[in-house]
Amino acid sequence: MMGSAFVQLSLTPILIGVLSAIACALPGNFLILRRQALIGDAISHVVLPGIVVAFLITGATASMSMLLGAAGAAVVAVLLIEAIKRLGRIEPGAAMGVAFTSMFAAGVLLLEQSDTSTVHLDVEHALMGNLESLIWFKARGWESLFDPAALAGLPPELPRIAAVALLMVLLMLVFWRPLKLSTFDEGFAGTVGVPTGLMGFALVVAAAVAAVAAFDAVGSIIVIAMFICPPAAARLMTNRLEVQILWSVVFASLSAVLGYVLAGYGPLWFGADHAVSAAGMIAAVSGVILAVACVAAPHRTRLGAPKDAG
Amino acid sequence: MGHTVLELAADGGKAPAAEAGGAAALQLAEMTVSYGEKPAVFSVDARIPARSMAAIIGPNGAGKSTLLKAALGIVPRLSGKVTVFGEPFRQARHRIAYVPQRASVDWDFPTRVIDVVLMGLYRELGLLRLVRRRHREAALACLDRVGMADFAERQIGQLSGGQQQRVFLARALAQGADLYLLDEPFAGVDAATEKAIIAVLKSLKEAQKTVLCVHHDLATVIDYFDHVLLVNVRKIAEGPAATTFTADNLQATYGGRLASAHIDQLKLPA
Repeated sequence: MMGSAFVQLSLTPILIGVLSAIACALPGNFLILRRQALIGDAISHVVLPGIVVAFLITGATASMSMLLGAAGAAVVAVLLIEAIKRLGRIEPGAAMGVAFTSMFAAGVLLLEQSDTSTVHLDVEHALMGNLESLIWFKARGWESLFDPAALAGLPPELPRIAAVALLMVLLMLVFWRPLKLSTFDEGFAGTVGVPTGLMGFALVVAAAVAAVAAFDAVGSIIVIAMFICPPAAARLMTNRLEVQILWSVVFASLSAVLGYVLAGYGPLWFGADHAVSAAGMIAAVSGVILAVACVAAPHRTRLGAPKDAG
Repeated sequence: MGHTVLELAADGGKAPAAEAGGAAALQLAEMTVSYGEKPAVFSVDARIPARSMAAIIGPNGAGKSTLLKAALGIVPRLSGKVTVFGEPFRQARHRIAYVPQRASVDWDFPTRVIDVVLMGLYRELGLLRLVRRRHREAALACLDRVGMADFAERQIGQLSGGQQQRVFLARALAQGADLYLLDEPFAGVDAATEKAIIAVLKSLKEAQKTVLCVHHDLATVIDYFDHVLLVNVRKIAEGPAATTFTADNLQATYGGRLASAHIDQLKLPA
């Protein structure tokens, strides 16, 4: 399993899975603390019609046009939510739910009706990505990591998601202080000069970029799971945000690696002859990690638990 | 209850002092804030003298906190001008420290007491400067002033309400400001904390700083404050506590909701 076949068939999907998971989990930490976890969910739904429309217009699955399509869809979603809220006098959460599910449904319908048979873009792909197909044809073994010709044959999704994951890390390091401050205490943050509105907006944009980049490779199931499960489990491991972020990266990576291996080899161990979806398994593993953290992690607090007197 | 002679005496003593004091610490002109159709704060003017201990007083929903937040630019105002020590708000922002209502943040947030106090040094630390020993020591000294030095490494969710309020005050101290704006600092805190907080505020005044609190406990106004601003959406009265915190003004502020029996029990200026 660790030989050339592994490098050719499994190394790149695992790396792409890990990087996708990390890129989504990093902004997810802040979204959860801001009680905006569903924004991640929402974004991953909204991008679908945007990407499909971008494809129908350009006829290609280039990342730039997909990103623009997703951004356009996000703008439409925001307008739609405002319209539903005002015209229907509905509370914001419900308006969001209505807007995002209907936009996702519209995306699915568009996909089914349009001719996307020439490219790898269909409903199944949208949900589960195509992680297993992102293999490294030109690899001949570990030594290919140092072979420029072989490296040129890496699936383009890998450098793309690597760049996005790196961007997330850099943004978080540079804006750590204002991001943490405005997440904890927005009013105070404003008085010391943190542009709190801009911080909140930039966080959602960063999450959207991570979602679009990961969506392409791994589908919306993982995106939704990775925004929420690793950060939520990490919160239960520690009472310090710095440490929570590290745990979320560990859990995201663990989910990706374990999920991929279990999907590929797990069914064989039980005598089945088909592997199951890696994306689905990765999301499931992240859910199991969260469940274990809920019963066993050191810093679980019951909501409304009595505090020390003093 | 108009003790005219005393009032005149107090007033006569006050007017020249205010002149000599120069610019007000905080001056609000025609502040109007609206959350919906009807205004929460309507055309309020105020002039908080430098080196005073001032209180904003009024019934629930009178717009006290809103007025404070609008002065700080946290909530948008429809109209109004804010001047701090004679300068426009933006230029003087660094001279202001702010203590929000305790209930306005999530105390389950994963951070420690010392980290919250260090947030008060944000202006100095900026985006990337490292927290050095002197920063940490400054933060610890602020915690010590509110009697919380032993709790520096605690997660903030493990504190009682009073302790949380003291941590917020320590963060404001770390800002090293000249004007301290506090939103209901005594709300829901234990007696020991209230004592500790008022002692710190009085020490600030002694150090020539200005303190302005949104305050709702009428019983302690005369003991704690020397300047009051009575509001109920509009400004009802403003001036030295000794002449302004009167039964008539309170009735006007609370719109008769305050039973006269209640007012009789209050400690009012003699």
